[in-house]
Amino acid sequence: MKSEFKSFACQLRIEALRMVHRARSSHIGGALSMADILAVLYGPGGRLRVKPTDPFWKGRDRFILSKGHACAGIYAALALRGFISMEELMTFAQSGSLLMSHASHKVAGIELSTGSLGHGLPVGCGLALGAKRSNEPWRTVVLLSDGEMDEGSNWESFLFAPQHRLDNLWALIDANGIQSLGTVPEVLDIEPLADKLRAFRWSVIEVDGHDLEALYRVLDLDHPPEPGRPTVVIARTIKGKGVPLMENRLEWHYKSPSDAQLTAAIAILESTCHA
Amino acid sequence: MRNTFIETLTACASVDPRIFLVVGDLGFSVVETFSKKFPERFLNAGVAEQNMTGVAAGLAMAGYKVFTYSIANFPTLRCLEQIRNDVCYHGLDVTIVAVGGGLGYGPLGYSHHAVQDIACLRGFPGILMATPGDPYETEAVTRALVRHRGPAYLRLGKGGEPQGGPACTIEDQGIRIIERFGDSTLLTCGNLLGFVAPWAKSCQAGLASVPLWGTDERMKKMIRDFISNYRRVVIVEEHLAGGGFGSFVRETLESEPALQSVVRCCALDVSVCQLTGTQDQLRNAGGINIDSVRDAFAR
Repeated sequence: MKSEFKSFACQLRIEALRMVHRARSSHIGGALSMADILAVLYGPGGRLRVKPTDPFWKGRDRFILSKGHACAGIYAALALRGFISMEELMTFAQSGSLLMSHASHKVAGIELSTGSLGHGLPVGCGLALGAKRSNEPWRTVVLLSDGEMDEGSNWESFLFAPQHRLDNLWALIDANGIQSLGTVPEVLDIEPLADKLRAFRWSVIEVDGHDLEALYRVLDLDHPPEPGRPTVVIARTIKGKGVPLMENRLEWHYKSPSDAQLTAAIAILESTCHA
Repeated sequence: MRNTFIETLTACASVDPRIFLVVGDLGFSVVETFSKKFPERFLNAGVAEQNMTGVAAGLAMAGYKVFTYSIANFPTLRCLEQIRNDVCYHGLDVTIVAVGGGLGYGPLGYSHHAVQDIACLRGFPGILMATPGDPYETEAVTRALVRHRGPAYLRLGKGGEPQGGPACTIEDQGIRIIERFGDSTLLTCGNLLGFVAPWAKSCQAGLASVPLWGTDERMKKMIRDFISNYRRVVIVEEHLAGGGFGSFVRETLESEPALQSVVRCCALDVSVCQLTGTQDQLRNAGGINIDSVRDAFAR
């Protein structure tokens, strides 16, 4: 299973790079940092219960990408899983395309349009509460960024979810440590994040966000570690992960790769994928 | 109006299991009518309106028909982007309920007034604006909102509003003619219908209200058809002059100068945003008084 996730994540990274390169768009760094998390959720045998042939299946798990700017990653994951065609990915960020460069709910498999940060977790709380009140078994998973922690609305939700014992809610934080104009500690230091969230009464797990086995073990959505509490997974990641020239470099929040950079990046990824 | 709303919503919830009420830690001695009867469909989201509105969107996505409820500015301005992005852009079945819309909480000060709410909300796609003028219209509009599917904004008075006309039923958006009198009429938007109803008589004018409206082409046609029946229509609303219902009417008539000349607006001056006082005092200070209405008919 690990090799399948690895292959899925690798292919996801390659497709996201191609999309951003073709569209001359931005935010590839954050798409690459969350690729392994998405692989464990959407890859073969992944943790999310979804049906690509029936995107609105009532019993599906609800996944929200709150860091909507990194949508090249989720679009690629949805295409690899069969929700949309691989060809459609090439329309990314083109005029008239459904695949706008922040996540759009008009795309099969996307529950919520996002882009303005701090929206995903409140909606996720509502979904999880709705499932609880209706005795529905599906789970809600929200993927956020660490820079997004600046938004106060998230902290309203961090207060809310434990109050209502939403143990069917999972918040995953892609903690790549870099936001728009600097590192997270430079802009608004959120550490000690785990301690803060424990104090907010969440069940907190810290994990290497690129360790596929660890991610799979941690994201056991049927078995939250502490019944009665929502779970937050702080995934320590590397912005631009998988492409050395992009790793831990702030400018890849904005830049799109040149032709040569794309070719080199794909070559590196393909070699490591099959290693 | 707020008690009428809660009582009507509670009655509707008895037969519609999807109705869910979310409050922002406000509604003491009002919302208990609902919360005691339907605790499983009630939520106090706390003093956290951004989360409250996001939660409402999530509940709607999970199949509920959600009403968020708080004082004037809190469920509207404090969480405006959540209303736009999460509720309206997704076409979700959420009604934002503001109690004390306008100057209802006058003595509490301008922090608690909502005199820009219509301007902020009416441009959001698909939103249905519910601006009942009195308790009778509140009951009718609440029932219409329960039947409605999609985003809506319900702007209520705080309480104690006089009736401005007879009991009614409201099936759809449009202008409700309460009394015809000659070729002039007052057209009210919102909670001052009963307050200004006597002015219509003293100005020898008819009386109409707009309890439910959208900004689509169908509503625009209704407005044009209505205005074309009169020599003078004076719109009165407890909202700043810029951006409210009167502004919408003027935008609707942009290419029809003959109809434009029929319409006068009597709305609040922006100076009211620096004042505190009773609702009646503030209406008067802001420019909504019998003299300004008479002047509007004369001009």
